[in-house]
Amino acid sequence: MSQLVAALRKDLLLSWRSRAQAAAVVVFGATALLLLSFAVGPNAAALRQLAGGFLWVALLFSSTLALAESFRAETEQKGMEGLLLLPANPVSLFYGKALANWLQLMLMGMGLLPVLIVLYDPDLGRLWELCGILLLGTAGLSAPGTLYAGMAAQVRAQQVLLPLLLFPLVVPVLLAAVKASSLLLLGDPMGQAGSWALLLLAFNGIYWPLCGLLFGTVIEE
Amino acid sequence: MSVDLLPRPNPRAPLIASGLIAVSVVLLAIGSYIGLFHAPPEHFMGDVQRIMYVHVPTAWTAMLVLVVAFVCAIAFLFSQRWKWDAWLEASIEVGVLLALLLCVQGSIWAKPTWGVWWDWDPRLTSTAVLCFAFLGVLALRRFVEDPLKRATWSAVATIIAAADVPIVYMSVKWWNSLHQTQSTPQTVASSMVTPLRINAFGILFLAAGFLVLRSHLAQRRLAGELAPPLPERAEAHVQPTLGGAS
Repeated sequence: MSQLVAALRKDLLLSWRSRAQAAAVVVFGATALLLLSFAVGPNAAALRQLAGGFLWVALLFSSTLALAESFRAETEQKGMEGLLLLPANPVSLFYGKALANWLQLMLMGMGLLPVLIVLYDPDLGRLWELCGILLLGTAGLSAPGTLYAGMAAQVRAQQVLLPLLLFPLVVPVLLAAVKASSLLLLGDPMGQAGSWALLLLAFNGIYWPLCGLLFGTVIEE
Repeated sequence: MSVDLLPRPNPRAPLIASGLIAVSVVLLAIGSYIGLFHAPPEHFMGDVQRIMYVHVPTAWTAMLVLVVAFVCAIAFLFSQRWKWDAWLEASIEVGVLLALLLCVQGSIWAKPTWGVWWDWDPRLTSTAVLCFAFLGVLALRRFVEDPLKRATWSAVATIIAAADVPIVYMSVKWWNSLHQTQSTPQTVASSMVTPLRINAFGILFLAAGFLVLRSHLAQRRLAGELAPPLPERAEAHVQPTLGGAS
């Protein structure tokens, strides 16, 4: 447990020190939101309809940048080998990094929300619930994302490999998060948002333990 | 992690594979002949429905082969034997091929029946997602040169992708059912069952033949990658320019 806290502290410190990078990723996400609105055209009603979907697509694209970046320190100077020789437990290393990535993605999502509000003018009556969906959805991206980033960081062509592996896997996360966010932004007469949140919870319940279990085999030399 | 067992490709594998493929060709010829000329046309869809005699067996076999891939992935992680890696490679490739074929056949059927090439039906969408997920695993295998890393990582990625399949299916079903429900009556008359069964075995034997052949190839390649380099070849590799002088 103390190893996990130490790993989390290390990863948070690293992302804090390279915060310009994280800010650039948020700007990338905001640019994506802007470009996506061009794909629809200046139709306020249609944009409001699609706001939830665009938020998650922008978040998904920027998450691959953030996730790929998260293993740079470990690969550049063979830091991972050093950590394993300490010896640090791979499970704590995984959860430390996954939690740090989760926090970072969560903050990115929060950073994109004002841009979304300005560009798409959605109804924000249920902002807190939307933040809850952001919390669950980014958790679903970060667990498998951290595992795959750990693999991709060690290979050439990592820029291609990470989205190639991650995107098909997180289809349920994307579906559920988009559906829940759209319901919260557009009105939810049948009260369905809760069941989508449950699906996100189930995905997290499966992938957080599974990825932690498998991470050890991925980084072992 | 230590893997000291070299793969030992079975020299009779190509023969076994040819036998399986030959049987499958005969079965598919008989099944398709009955399906095309003897089975009655379907009441509503007419002759278009006859694609079912290859489509449904392809679907069954594709799912079966991908289950085999999942089992091979777990077997490799637990036993660390190279033969499971070779079988994993074979089963993912054959599985992806069958799943792609499944999507193509489905589109050919959907255009005259539903009027569109593609529909966001849960099974169709899940198959497409499945295809991309396992294509990602194949891409991963291409990018990793170290055989041990390649084997371990693709086993991990296969397990993760396989765990996703039920979640994808449930979520797409749920997502789509809020808009429309696609009714697909699966009641099949007895005169249609015979060609369906024969073709199911045909495709099963075909896939088995491909699996045997492909895993044999993978084992031979692995044996080449893992074998220690011959001394003279290693020298020639280090000093290519001095090769002629010595």
